[in-house]
Amino acid sequence: MTERFLITGATLPTGEHADILLEGDAIAEIGRITDAAGATVIDADGLIALPGLVDLHTHLREPGFEQSETVLTGTQAAAAGGFTAVFAMANTFPVADTAGVVEQEATLGRTAGYASVQPIGAVTVGLKGEQLAELGAMARSRANVRVFSDDGFCVADPLLMRRALEYVKAFDGVIAQHAQEPRLTEGAQMNEGALSGELGLTGWPAVAEESIIARDVLLAEHVGSRLHVCHVSTAGSVEVIRWAKARGIDVTAEVTPHHLLLTEELVTSYDPRYKVNPPLRRAEDTEALRAGLADGTIDIVATDHAPHPVEAKESEWDAAANGMVGLESALPVVHAAVVETGLLDWADVARVLSSEPARIGRLPGRSEGVAVGAVAELTLYDPSAASVFDVDRLAGRSSNSPYLGRTLPGRVVATFHGGYATVLDGTVRPADEVARLAARRLEAARG
Amino acid sequence: MARAVLSQADISRALTRISHEILESNRGASDLVILGIPTRGVFLARRIAETIARIEPDALADLAGALDVTMYRDDLGRTRTRTPSPTQLPPGGIDGRTVVLVDDVLYSGRTIRAAFDALADLGRAKAVRLAVLVDRGHREFPIRADFVGKNLPSSARERVNVLLSEIDGEDAVTIEGGDA
Amino acid sequence: MKHLLGTRGLPRDAAIALLDIAEDMAAVQEREVKKLPTLRGKTVVNLFFEDSTRTRISFEAAAKRLSADVITFSAKGSSVSKGESLKDTAQTLQAMGADGVVIRHQASGAPQTLATSGWIDAGVVNAGDGTHEHPTQALLDAFTIRRRLHGADSRGRDLDGIRVVIVGDVLHSRVARSNVWLLSTLGAEVELVAPPTLVPVELSAWPARATYDLDAALANAPDVVMMLRIQAERMHAAFFPNTREYSRTWGLDDARFHRLPPSTMVMHPGPMNRGLEIAARAADSAQSTVREQVANGVSVRMAALYLLLSGDRGGLS
Repeated sequence: MTERFLITGATLPTGEHADILLEGDAIAEIGRITDAAGATVIDADGLIALPGLVDLHTHLREPGFEQSETVLTGTQAAAAGGFTAVFAMANTFPVADTAGVVEQEATLGRTAGYASVQPIGAVTVGLKGEQLAELGAMARSRANVRVFSDDGFCVADPLLMRRALEYVKAFDGVIAQHAQEPRLTEGAQMNEGALSGELGLTGWPAVAEESIIARDVLLAEHVGSRLHVCHVSTAGSVEVIRWAKARGIDVTAEVTPHHLLLTEELVTSYDPRYKVNPPLRRAEDTEALRAGLADGTIDIVATDHAPHPVEAKESEWDAAANGMVGLESALPVVHAAVVETGLLDWADVARVLSSEPARIGRLPGRSEGVAVGAVAELTLYDPSAASVFDVDRLAGRSSNSPYLGRTLPGRVVATFHGGYATVLDGTVRPADEVARLAARRLEAARG
Repeated sequence: MARAVLSQADISRALTRISHEILESNRGASDLVILGIPTRGVFLARRIAETIARIEPDALADLAGALDVTMYRDDLGRTRTRTPSPTQLPPGGIDGRTVVLVDDVLYSGRTIRAAFDALADLGRAKAVRLAVLVDRGHREFPIRADFVGKNLPSSARERVNVLLSEIDGEDAVTIEGGDA
Repeated sequence: MKHLLGTRGLPRDAAIALLDIAEDMAAVQEREVKKLPTLRGKTVVNLFFEDSTRTRISFEAAAKRLSADVITFSAKGSSVSKGESLKDTAQTLQAMGADGVVIRHQASGAPQTLATSGWIDAGVVNAGDGTHEHPTQALLDAFTIRRRLHGADSRGRDLDGIRVVIVGDVLHSRVARSNVWLLSTLGAEVELVAPPTLVPVELSAWPARATYDLDAALANAPDVVMMLRIQAERMHAAFFPNTREYSRTWGLDDARFHRLPPSTMVMHPGPMNRGLEIAARAADSAQSTVREQVANGVSVRMAALYLLLSGDRGGLS
């Protein structure tokens, strides 16, 4: 027995209103639907139907750091935020630098059933920046890795970066660079500027990011490779990428929701919830990032969802871990930062949070968006429901969200992954139910 | 509505009388120190010292000083933080001399109790006396004034205000509140 | 005053009130009986995550002279260095009934975290945090300047029009930061002189100007020259080539000292590197306030502890 859903009166990203019928793992029909016997009817009047969101930058922490997050809890957080696919970063323990680790992650994701889990492979063995990991083996593995990143660390050695860029051409891979010049950021605690001087926190200069991006786009041009820049955070970085794209260099870039909304002023509280890598920057940077996202210089929004246990954030600033959880809040934050400000419409949101990240990561079946015949990956979002973002909205294992207590617009009402619901009425469905549905779907696909 | 109980002339007469009484009980002005308790006690002490100097030409010019008791109070944790005032002793300090403490209003006696502790940390006086402009009763300690300007039986609900020209622009004692 | 975390944002009236109370405390220090009963029954914990014998004993003397019970919690060699968190330490102090916590920490902002986390009810005094603030040092510096200028007539006075030159490693100096905020609040003009590598990259929001030429700054005959301690290890991080070059360019050597007017005060927060940032002759001269600074430190810290721990903590009346 397959689940059938009739979603009535939804607003499509294009602005049109339509009913949507989900049948099996596909979108069966869009339009005015009168005949849908046996379907669960969902009244989507006033709700926006977006293609299931895709996050190119998630930390799932399993294996190795299960006290922070697991593949199961992380994909529950993803579902709560309207995501149906996440790219899992390689900084686990053991590091995802072999076919074995990436295959294990992919399997855990399939079993949990909340979202497609697409592992990212490490560029270098153990993220140490010394020797290339087995990129080819990971690409050819059942996990089908196409994105490689040492995220958390920069591939700082220019020669190693050049080789990595060249090497992944063999299987249409991409290097996702964490652009942070290590020497310029030794002991760095916050954006370097007037405020860091006042607060006495070691500065994290914008140039440490911009100089690596400048180097990398030139390397990508020289060897004719594809480069992706993780979490761009400064106005200067946007300028460099704009220049590189104008030159025809094959570079894509992401910005996090928090860099679109939050600024360094928050650090004045010394509250470690605002400690993140790259750091929160100035209001001018936030403006430039929004403009870059609006004009296409920045291709996508990616969460950099980085769960940490309570103790990693309950401390003095210097000792606290970098990172924020972001999956559950991503869509409301993007809504507040760039939709309410008139820079992006919902079709743009569908592009920067679904089709483009899927294209960059070579995730198949995500290009069509909300269309008949497309995979039934769908998110229903209520844009009218502004509310205080509280801890109940977090579905992952960690609660290091910078938005707790802040009023944000909108709310994810339902999420569909492969035709079944992972979230209904704003509530994540229980793990055993979703796992059963996922298992049934897998059987159907095989048989 | 405040009701005047002492006028400028009343205050002046009371201080002159107190000055005479001090000189009489001390048998002159030798070894005398007049210490006012901030804020208004300091000005009263100066006026008494000036009067004494007029009456006794042999008296030292600077008999008066100030004794701050803030740091010795027993109610520091019960009210807002008090701003202390400077303690100023006349040359020669208090050792072996007769100290007359001067305050505007004697009420519970707690300020004077604190003054005894403050004084003990400054030296060993030969004797300690107490002069007040107004004694309004309601003592909580076994303390009695040696020189009193006016006894003013009052209700605990009433407020006694001492105004002095040095800081208030006029000399007067008023009473307000209570069941009036 | 609930906490004393920094001089940034400390209102002028509050600063002057604290300095005036410190005058009263200084008067007590000149008596035979140096102790006041004011904080009897209160417990002050000195929580030092970083070694600093001078600051610790200064606070200890201040608390003891106000009759508080003092517990010193030195992080070196204790459970703190074995991974106990600031939170656990704070909760231990709370359980012990600490009324005030004097904290020295290597991380900027740690006192604020302690004060705002809800882990403890105690009043928090920042005794130096990372490269952020050291408010009692700045207060004792302001107190020392005011006393040198006005003597017994210091009460109620500000530092309007006083010209102060602060020389050295501003980038890493909490003393410099706290002084910039406080001295300018009190009306002084502050000039920072340092190698360009040792000032923050962006100073536009600071009420001070930064220059690089010590001789030019001293030629203007400032009222105060404050020399900061320079740590020799900074040269390994390429902030300057070597101590010889630093001393020649930014040190208060004999020649520079002799060119100063005799009225210019020479200050140093200590401990001094004699012969590096300051010559012995300058440090030991009559113009040097170094020893007064130490004595005044106790008075200023008494005033701070009084303001934090007496009263019902509703404010100053």
